Amino acid sequence: MKSDILIDIDHVTFGYDSSRTILNDVTLRFARGKVTSILGGSGCGKTTLLRLIGGSNTASSGQVKFDGEVVDARDRERMYRMRRRMGMLFQFGALFTDLSVFDNVAFPLREHSDLSEVMIRDIVLMKLNAVGLRGAALLRISEVSGGMARRIALARAIALDPELIMYDEPFAGLDLISMGVAANLIRTLNDVTGATSLVVSHDVPECMAISDHVILMAPGGRIVAQGVPSDLMDSTDPEVRQFVRGEPDGPVKFHYSARPLAEDFGVQATAAA
Amino acid sequence: MNPLTALGARTLKALRSMGHAAFFFLDILQAVPAAMRRFGLVVAQIHAIGNLSLVIILASGLAVGFVLALQMYYALVTYGATESLGLIVNLSLVRELGPVVAALLFAGRAGTSLTAEIGLMKAGEQIAAMEMMAIDPKSRVLAPRFIGGLVSMPLLAILFSAVGILGAYVVAVLLLGVDAGNFWSIMQSRVDVWRDVGNGVVKSFVFGVICTAVALYQGFETEATPEGVAYATTRTVVISSLAVLGMDFVLTALMFSTG
Amino acid sequence: MAKKGIETLVGMFVLLGLAGLVFLSLKAANLASFGTRDTYTVSAKFDNIGGLKARSPVRSAGVTVGRVTSISLDPKTYQGLVVMELDNNVQFPKDSSAKILTSGLLGDQYIGIEPGADEKNLGPGDVVKQTQSAVVLENLISQFLFSKAAEGPSANGGGSAGGAKK
Repeated sequence: MKSDILIDIDHVTFGYDSSRTILNDVTLRFARGKVTSILGGSGCGKTTLLRLIGGSNTASSGQVKFDGEVVDARDRERMYRMRRRMGMLFQFGALFTDLSVFDNVAFPLREHSDLSEVMIRDIVLMKLNAVGLRGAALLRISEVSGGMARRIALARAIALDPELIMYDEPFAGLDLISMGVAANLIRTLNDVTGATSLVVSHDVPECMAISDHVILMAPGGRIVAQGVPSDLMDSTDPEVRQFVRGEPDGPVKFHYSARPLAEDFGVQATAAA
Repeated sequence: MNPLTALGARTLKALRSMGHAAFFFLDILQAVPAAMRRFGLVVAQIHAIGNLSLVIILASGLAVGFVLALQMYYALVTYGATESLGLIVNLSLVRELGPVVAALLFAGRAGTSLTAEIGLMKAGEQIAAMEMMAIDPKSRVLAPRFIGGLVSMPLLAILFSAVGILGAYVVAVLLLGVDAGNFWSIMQSRVDVWRDVGNGVVKSFVFGVICTAVALYQGFETEATPEGVAYATTRTVVISSLAVLGMDFVLTALMFSTG
Repeated sequence: MAKKGIETLVGMFVLLGLAGLVFLSLKAANLASFGTRDTYTVSAKFDNIGGLKARSPVRSAGVTVGRVTSISLDPKTYQGLVVMELDNNVQFPKDSSAKILTSGLLGDQYIGIEPGADEKNLGPGDVVKQTQSAVVLENLISQFLFSKAAEGPSANGGGSAGGAKK
């Protein structure tokens, strides 16, 4: 019996070093087959969550479960089996610069399957076609633009038809057209393949447009709000409003904490300005 | 933090990083069998590490051979012993200069390129991407390069010595008038294949392990910034060179003691 | 990807390296002179082996006919036991003698075999009976000094303090 919950994050605490805790007692659930976006400012632990799900890091307390199995980086065999069901799109593509576009997408197929080169060729061209880059198959990585690189990386991430696709800042640094293309791809892929998609981003409009579920996080891994996109857009919570409207000042302060202005400039503060 | 605590902390940090390096080395060794099965990768690395170092090795070998012949001639001519020129050049090259100089050049050319390549791969998240695709970067990226270095280093050292002897021949016989027959025959009668050539090959093999392992480690552990990579390549050359020279002393003492 | 091209280049590199090794071993060292020819083993005992080492050559009339394989101390007679391999093509009479000689004045030491007159030849495992030990320079000098002193007023003969013994 397949549960509705694909990923279960249970009271997880994590810090890269002992002085800074990135995630503090975080509990989250990600539904199967849905596009879930994790929004938040820089440094609130969104990317860290992806790393915990993928097993690149291990939580200091609490558990992360993928399809009912605990994600434990120390159990290499099980970890590799789980990772074959996941695909991850890194922020700048992380393509292998010494291989061609074709070889990059073929990489997971050649490593993890015994398919013949003929079959691999067909699959690679199909995946490239899905992202609109079938004509670029023979280019070298140095010859493609940033937006194209992201799409190639996406084709590579879906080469093995994973159940879970994770996107780390897929819209960062893209022009509007490319952003639209990327958003469209994420949504369509999810619906067509029945996969579960996790999008980590701070790009509000795109994420709201394509997500079934949105989670807003703040530093410390604190969950500010979660729900369907319209819930957050219509929310009256000041923190949520500041983020989704992009207001420069609000619960997240504009000014980095500093001494009073008068002290720094050596003047006396006059009464009432 | 008083100086004593600081010293203790530094020592512990150094020990920890040595232990880390040792585990890293063991991991690579463990990944070697898997890498050997993907022989195409190993071949590509031998090309990148060995073939592309040929020019500098051959050129340097020739130059060293020329200079050795010249310098030794000036030293021997006072004793009327110039017939032994071939022998002296051969022994210098095959026992010491071949393995050591080739290793130093190797660290500079191939070592730095390995460090930079691995460092940039790590910086560009290529290593992380591989891990997420459930592919072990140690067996796919690091071990083939390690094997490539291990195979290339002795070959390069041999070629260095061979070319050096030929260069010395050109200078000694064609330029300085040493008798060609004596040049070769005295050399042949006194250079022992196992003791001299063989030990030289063993040395270059050890140096290959050192230089390649250091280069891979520095690349893998570097910070993902331009300064980090630059610093790491410098460290590769410095550490490899010092280690090679130190090991050379130890190996020479072990191999060529008159006991 | 020029995979075939790379493989060819690597093959060439490895071949070149091996050729270099062959060159170093044959042209520049002594592998050619004593490869894997068939040999038989013979031994000899010396009072003093001097600077003889394992793999030192065994020569007769100046031509290398074998190699020393091991040197050890015979615990019963306190003599140096030298085991050597001789080329199968060369046979020496049973009463041949083995001397430790020096090539040149200060060069490496080797074993020189002078053939005797016996009808029977040395076979594998035989011991060369007639041996002459190495000349130790210090003994030569002291012998010289003693004999010089003996030419003086003292009548005591120049008792050789060591030196070449038959």
